[in-house]
Amino acid sequence: MASVDKAKLDAEFTELYRAHLRDVYSYAYYRVGNHHDAEDLTEQTFLQAYRHFDRALRESGGRPLRPWLIRIVHNLAANYFRDRSRRPQTNLDDAGPLSDRRGTDDLVEGRQELRDVLAGVADLPEDRKSALIMRFALDMDNREIARALGRTEGATKVLIHRAIKQLEDGLDQQDG
Amino acid sequence: MAEANFDIEQLLRTALAPVEPSASLSERLDMRLTELTAVAFDELADWELAAMRDPRNWARPVAAVLVGGAAATALVVVRAQRRSKKHGHPLRALEEVSRDVSRDIQRRLRR
Repeated sequence: MASVDKAKLDAEFTELYRAHLRDVYSYAYYRVGNHHDAEDLTEQTFLQAYRHFDRALRESGGRPLRPWLIRIVHNLAANYFRDRSRRPQTNLDDAGPLSDRRGTDDLVEGRQELRDVLAGVADLPEDRKSALIMRFALDMDNREIARALGRTEGATKVLIHRAIKQLEDGLDQQDG
Repeated sequence: MAEANFDIEQLLRTALAPVEPSASLSERLDMRLTELTAVAFDELADWELAAMRDPRNWARPVAAVLVGGAAATALVVVRAQRRSKKHGHPLRALEEVSRDVSRDIQRRLRR
């Protein structure tokens, strides 16, 4: 490969990294439930992505590479739990993003509701949880989620629908 | 999604808000990727040198040497003609110019 091509490739990778660092980190954080391991997963994701970027670019056919990137962090998160026989943590560090967004005391009940939602998401089967994180934390559409999970769009739509239904049922049971 | 799901979807959107990575992670990653880029360039240069050991990769450099060699010969002759006109001793001029051209080529190869 010529040096000019390599420089161009590195520039494109830098662009991808800057555009999606937050996505990868958010996904990792909501999967593993703590900042320390989320940082490790994020770092591994980008190092792995860098190694395979040339090929991914060639095979993408001009499609966005975010699903490919999320697929890498998704697989690394699966390995993380498999290799270390860990279970995802329900209690996110410092209540995660909840801590900053709600400043007023009258929203205490709302905070509890959000904690219940997070706990409910953490208890979902892996594929449903992953799909919800991609949809709601990363704002990915069905097509992107399908590519990241290696499923069809139809199957992805059903997966998300079932995940939301299961979560709702769980929250209803808690209330009742 | 259906209207009945509005509340739960809104809750999910709020609960799963994107999380900003720490500044230290961004700095660490920036540094790692910069290092990797530099290493990749070094590896590329090493690969080019290593590839020269394989005779299958000689065709292009040999062609380049032939073309370059012809150009260098032409250059020697032209410079020697110029110098001989100036100093009046063709053989000595040719010898000096050959040394000059050889130094030029070595300098360019080292770049």
